Amino acid sequence: MTTTTLDEPTTSGQSTVAETVQEPQPIQRVSIICSKGSLDMAYPGLVMANGARMMGIEAMVFFTFWGLDMITEDKVDHLHVATVGNPALPMMPTMIGGLPGMEAVASKMMKKQMEDLEIPPVREFIEMLSDAGAELYACRMAMDMFKLEREELLPQVDEVLTVMDFYEKSAGSQIIFI
Amino acid sequence: MPVVEYAGSSIEVNDEGFLVDSSQWTPEVAEAIATGNGIDELNDQHWKVITFCREDAAKQGTPPGLRRISKNSGVNMKELYQLFPKGPGKLAAMVSGLPKPQGCI
Repeated sequence: MTTTTLDEPTTSGQSTVAETVQEPQPIQRVSIICSKGSLDMAYPGLVMANGARMMGIEAMVFFTFWGLDMITEDKVDHLHVATVGNPALPMMPTMIGGLPGMEAVASKMMKKQMEDLEIPPVREFIEMLSDAGAELYACRMAMDMFKLEREELLPQVDEVLTVMDFYEKSAGSQIIFI
Repeated sequence: MPVVEYAGSSIEVNDEGFLVDSSQWTPEVAEAIATGNGIDELNDQHWKVITFCREDAAKQGTPPGLRRISKNSGVNMKELYQLFPKGPGKLAAMVSGLPKPQGCI
């Protein structure tokens, strides 16, 4: 916040400016909404949440719609990079991307690159976030939609929330949607 | 670059408080940085982390990220956050007299 006070013009015709500048406040808490379940869209939210914790910022992650795949026991180890309709792969013609096995190849390549950069697989990442004190929440509505039960989610998930609960828990948060 | 008095010696640090010259680091400097960052006393577990960070950085040429520390120092992730509640990402390296880690994990 900047407060500027303009004083009366002085005799020399110039005005003196008394300025009080407050430093921007550091971020205290972030709420990250993960709504996509493809491998390339899973990592950004996890990295952002983990980075916040590394800085001592409180972090919560709300998994909704396809983002639920990231915390579903049966799905977490089988996330794929979409090779059709993925704007990040413009060099891949849709017909090629749609061939059998292409998703597997792209996913394998991405996993290899992640490993080289010491970025853990999604399951380990979720464990790491939980150990780091990030709060992990599943979306009630998306669970109903996909007919998922609480027992089908990873044990690190703290709670199943409605969207209203989400906003309550996000008090004072910066909200990031992915 | 600001110069601060740590444990009786003048140490050059950057604007964020990281040592400019890692060779100026001493255990007393570590204690002083820790106190200035909300850690009352460095215990054995802190020292395990610091020793690992310094040794690893000497070998790798860059300070280790948290995942690397948790996998190799004998101090796990949960504990790292208890040891450095204000954020182990920066503090582990800072107390160890190393530059700010460039990795995101």
